Amino acid sequence: MRLSLGLITVFAFSVIIFSTFSFLPGDFATEILGQSATKSAVKALRAELGLDKPPVTRYFDWLGNVFQGDFGSSFSGRSKVQGDQGDRSREVVGLIIPRLKNTLFLTGVAAMLAIPLSLILGISAALYRNSYYDRSATGVSLVTVSSPEFFTAYIFILLLATLFPVFPTISNVDEATSLAERFYRTALPVFTLTLITMGHMMRMTRSAIINILSSEYIEMAKLSGASRYEVIVKHALPNAWAPISQVIAINLAYMLIGSVVVEYVFNYQGIGRLMVGSVYNRDLPVVQACALIFASTYVILNLIADLIGIISNPRLLYPK
Amino acid sequence: MTSNKSKELLLEMKNIHIDGFSDERWHKILKGVDLTLHRGEILGLIGESGAGKSTMGKAAMGYTQPGCKIIKGEINFNGIDLAKLTEFEKRKIWGTKISYVAQSAAASFNPAHRLMDQTISAANRLKINPTDVLKKDAVQLYESLQLPDAENIGDRYPHQVSGGQLQRIMTAMAMSPRPELIIFDEPTTALDVTTQVEVLSAMRSIVDKFNTAAIYITHDLAVVAQMADRIKVLRYGEEVEEAETKDMLSNPKEEYTKSLWSVRSLIKPEETNSDYMLSIKNIDAAYGSSKVLHNVSIDIPKGKTVAIVGESGSGKSTTARVITGLLPQLKGEIIFDGKKLSPKLEQRSKEELRRIQIIFQMPDTAMNPRQTVDEIIGRPIEFYQGIKGKGREKKVIELLKMIELDETFLDRLPSELSGGQKQRICIARALAANPDLIICDEVTSALDQIVQEGILKLLQKLQKDLGVTYIFITHDIATVKAISDEIVVMYQGEVVEQGLKSKILNPPHPDYTELLLSSVPEMDPDWLTNLLNKRSS
Repeated sequence: MRLSLGLITVFAFSVIIFSTFSFLPGDFATEILGQSATKSAVKALRAELGLDKPPVTRYFDWLGNVFQGDFGSSFSGRSKVQGDQGDRSREVVGLIIPRLKNTLFLTGVAAMLAIPLSLILGISAALYRNSYYDRSATGVSLVTVSSPEFFTAYIFILLLATLFPVFPTISNVDEATSLAERFYRTALPVFTLTLITMGHMMRMTRSAIINILSSEYIEMAKLSGASRYEVIVKHALPNAWAPISQVIAINLAYMLIGSVVVEYVFNYQGIGRLMVGSVYNRDLPVVQACALIFASTYVILNLIADLIGIISNPRLLYPK
Repeated sequence: MTSNKSKELLLEMKNIHIDGFSDERWHKILKGVDLTLHRGEILGLIGESGAGKSTMGKAAMGYTQPGCKIIKGEINFNGIDLAKLTEFEKRKIWGTKISYVAQSAAASFNPAHRLMDQTISAANRLKINPTDVLKKDAVQLYESLQLPDAENIGDRYPHQVSGGQLQRIMTAMAMSPRPELIIFDEPTTALDVTTQVEVLSAMRSIVDKFNTAAIYITHDLAVVAQMADRIKVLRYGEEVEEAETKDMLSNPKEEYTKSLWSVRSLIKPEETNSDYMLSIKNIDAAYGSSKVLHNVSIDIPKGKTVAIVGESGSGKSTTARVITGLLPQLKGEIIFDGKKLSPKLEQRSKEELRRIQIIFQMPDTAMNPRQTVDEIIGRPIEFYQGIKGKGREKKVIELLKMIELDETFLDRLPSELSGGQKQRICIARALAANPDLIICDEVTSALDQIVQEGILKLLQKLQKDLGVTYIFITHDIATVKAISDEIVVMYQGEVVEQGLKSKILNPPHPDYTELLLSSVPEMDPDWLTNLLNKRSS
């Protein structure tokens, strides 16, 4: 049920993505051939790329190929002039996969840092509610949530690269970069992504637990002699997984989208940067593939969160 | 009840003062209450809501709810003053030496853990017996509490067992570490009468068996009479009186104590009418695919009161929803004043809507919290009768007088009214439409005894003056005796019987009516014992 809903969502996304780009002003042919190109040249290129077909046909051609794992070929890099040697155009899949790996590495490391940290901070803030610790943690988190990611990124650059040159400002990596080197070079973008998502996750964890702390079974647990730690970890937390996993899913998705900006700032060769560049070049197949990947990640993350919500709730897991 | 009562003091609370913080200021909840309890003794603590009985019960553990604090007083438990202990020290006593049984078992069990784990968690903390010994003991407790499938019921989650069973499992949980004192905080209030009997007898026998002392908190004098050796009455945070159970019942000294069973003394002579305001014929209704009403037929005589009684899940409220059109029936018809009503609310005329009004159980949730009394009552006047401006205001004031309030209430919000006043406003709102039939859905069950009496008297007076017909939905037999002309007994979506009050309440009864009526606690300390003897023979 949920799975099919997810599939429908992805499908709807693909329609929206495709139609949005079809309505964009200008197209690849005029972009590449310049303003002064002859009408026939433009027409020929459009025919070659299949841009002259009606949008609906193009959509289904594209969708059919996507189902076979073929996202088409990139527009850029193809032979511009007659007689140029060979076609330097690249398969979209080949273009995207290394970039996707880089982005997944970046967001994965950031998630591994952000999720446990925000859970610990959120739980401890709930545990010592209204203490100075709680107030400063929630206060700081509000600041980090409200700052845009490029701003946070530049603050990090200012602090950790310019004033105290600990980490590099440019995070260029390639296949040959060693793992340790990768960690070192991506430190600043990882910090940025961690910081922008942590505040939200921490605050929601805190409020999910505090919400549960007012239920009757928590008072009952206290009256049966449970310690403060036991009340939170054994009695409140198991009932808080559903809302917490939802927040984590949203933030992981946000992280992925935030990486578009962060990758640009740190010049990191990830999928976000690829997408920005491709939009600029009107490189439709690449943009569509990237957008589809973002959309499906979002849907998959939410599915996982729903699944955790079901598993953690005996009411749903064991019917009457 | 117990023969082996000792004179050894277990708990002595002296001059307890507790303040609570609400509406931006501190209020006095308890104003110097004393309490003593001997080993193996059961003390009943009764009073209306706001009397401070629950606060007193929790204070016996040295616990106060968040937002409350102990200002003054000693709580000597086994010679230790609990008021002076730290949280950490008190935790060693909570759950093991003193345990607590809460009102709503469904809300008090953690939904994420299995019942067995929760039952033995406090005893486990003592680290005296290994887990498997505790589990065996818990199964024995389940057995002596007459739980079905005692061997395996602990493997279930709270949502998988019924309310009455949960309440018994919570008693097992309280008993598992063999405490010296158990606080029962309204443990049967949320249960149906038929379930209440089982739970009461199970709790009483297990407390007897282990000779545990207990404080039993309730607002129902008849219930506490079955459990307690002594009864203490509280009101506004102060003690009204205290006496041995038998003396208290036969000879209450204070006026206030007598008024606690005032509803039970209201009596209305029955009358009937062969002219029907409303007849429903062969109604079937369902929520989704689960069918809740089976072939229900009820006749409501004009200008009279018909009480529909039954336990939760019997279909009483669903019947009301069908009559009002909120839930269209699958089959059957509704004849209102000689004319057929269409099943769907949307297809009924404004006039038909006006003539049938409903009053709900919870006045708190039945009113828009942002509207003043004037808007709440004025709106149906304008909507149904088209009266605006000065005329409307005059009507509203007239209605307020009718419900024994006055124009000073016009600008108040629901939050500025007491529970009884809120329900009166709801009655006025129903009357504002000038209806012929009012459906009262458990209108008094959320209210205190004395307030209930006032509301019931008001409803009777209105019927006399206006000739309005009532359908009175309730699970409380005392209320039924007080207000009805005819009674309809429902069980599992079917009508068991319908007839004049005298016919239904007097034998011979169908089996279910017999069970229902005999389960209503009486003001006799031997009632439960006699009933159980009678049922087992």
